[in-house]
Amino acid sequence: MKKIRLGTIWLDGCSGCHMSFLDMDERLIEIAEYVDVVYSPYVDMKEFPESVDLTIVEGALSTDHDLRIIKKIRENSKLILALGDCAITGNVSAMKNLYGSEAVLQRGYFELADLNQKYPSKVVPTLLESVIPLHEAVKVDYFLPGCPTPADAIYEMLKSLIEGTEIKIHELTRFGK
Amino acid sequence: MIKEKVRVKNFKIDGVCVTGQSNQTILEVAHDNDIEIPTMCHLRGLSNVGSCRMCIVEIEGRHEPIPSCTAKIKEGMEVTTSSPRIKAAREMILSMMFSERSHTCSTCVVNGDCQLQSKSVELELGHSFTPYLNQRFEVDASHKNFVNDPNRCILCTRCIRVCDEIEGAHALDLFGRGLNTRIIHDMDEPWADSTSCTSCGKCVYVCPTGALYEKDISEEEVVKKREIITELVKNRGQR
Ligand code: SF4
Ligand code: SF4
Ligand code: SF4
Ligand code: FES
Repeated sequence: MKKIRLGTIWLDGCSGCHMSFLDMDERLIEIAEYVDVVYSPYVDMKEFPESVDLTIVEGALSTDHDLRIIKKIRENSKLILALGDCAITGNVSAMKNLYGSEAVLQRGYFELADLNQKYPSKVVPTLLESVIPLHEAVKVDYFLPGCPTPADAIYEMLKSLIEGTEIKIHELTRFGK
Repeated sequence: MIKEKVRVKNFKIDGVCVTGQSNQTILEVAHDNDIEIPTMCHLRGLSNVGSCRMCIVEIEGRHEPIPSCTAKIKEGMEVTTSSPRIKAAREMILSMMFSERSHTCSTCVVNGDCQLQSKSVELELGHSFTPYLNQRFEVDASHKNFVNDPNRCILCTRCIRVCDEIEGAHALDLFGRGLNTRIIHDMDEPWADSTSCTSCGKCVYVCPTGALYEKDISEEEVVKKREIITELVKNRGQR
């Protein structure tokens, strides 16, 4: 059987959803029989690869870099799974929207900085005016909420995708779970 | 006052023949017959205002769906409580509730005991169909026991109704229009300065979301006693 080419990426989230992924514990071995992880924080790979079957995305879109990469992911992936509340609703990552990016930069780089008070202009990506969930930028195929999404829900979801069966996502997780 | 005569009416809900009294709503008769219709602003024991539209149903021969919590029953009417059109409309209504204010469930004190959140499970809403508006409102934490956070308010007006109809204080009202509408105390005074509020806490109990909550209670400890009002009214024998 051909293995599923799986990508996972951590955008504007806290990595909690990736931790939850690891929390599948010994079930990871079971999953590994069916998937090849071709891109992930767990894998040393610089460029997002071509022809990925499923990409699991943690985190919201906050920067110009996030926007570019999510578009690339959409082009190169058959399916996208939004993992966790940040990817689906913006969640904690989007809380700054109530104040705006300018206010956050002001606080972080001026008010709280003792020396070298200036906005970063190199290397770090530029903040978008507001943080948005994935589906406001690209088409998303599956939504698996939770903060973080429980490991059991991730396992059931992956199993159903591997076996081609239906699951009731809302019996496993919800916003804020 | 001339009292309207109450008559018995026969009609159908989802093809099932049901009977009710002419002063009953479609929702009441549906509940009497164990037919589930999702609701949000409705709370048994309070008056119905039909503000949230969650309980919409289709009536044979009518073009637009109507809220079943305010619609009186009619002889021979044929009601449909769920259809692809109704389902899509309910998902859209729920999306608008989530996106209008800032519902960050993971940082909310009623996480796990919220009727907006549980509605997303009941209706299997995967994500909001409408973009988030990111509006910010000032939180009123002036009261010694309670907090009013308009950022989590869905404008169901349960709090206004319970304060007026059950507590008899009418300390609360709606202020502003459209997206800026919010719940205020008296003439938009801080809660602590409200002279009509008796600090009974009924509004906090009935609030479906985390917009009104008790201070110094952690997420694990929050239990909203929404049925208390229904019980109270039943015991008073008013409705
Ligand atoms: S009020 Fe309910 S839906 Fe809103 S953030 Fe709190 S738990 Fe979530
Ligand atoms: S605490 Fe009681 S009196 Fe005060 S606003 Fe709430 S319901 Fe009204
Ligand atoms: S404060 Fe709570 S009860 Fe009052 S209108 Fe808002 S959501 Fe409804
Ligand atoms: S429950 Fe009927 S309109 Fe809100």
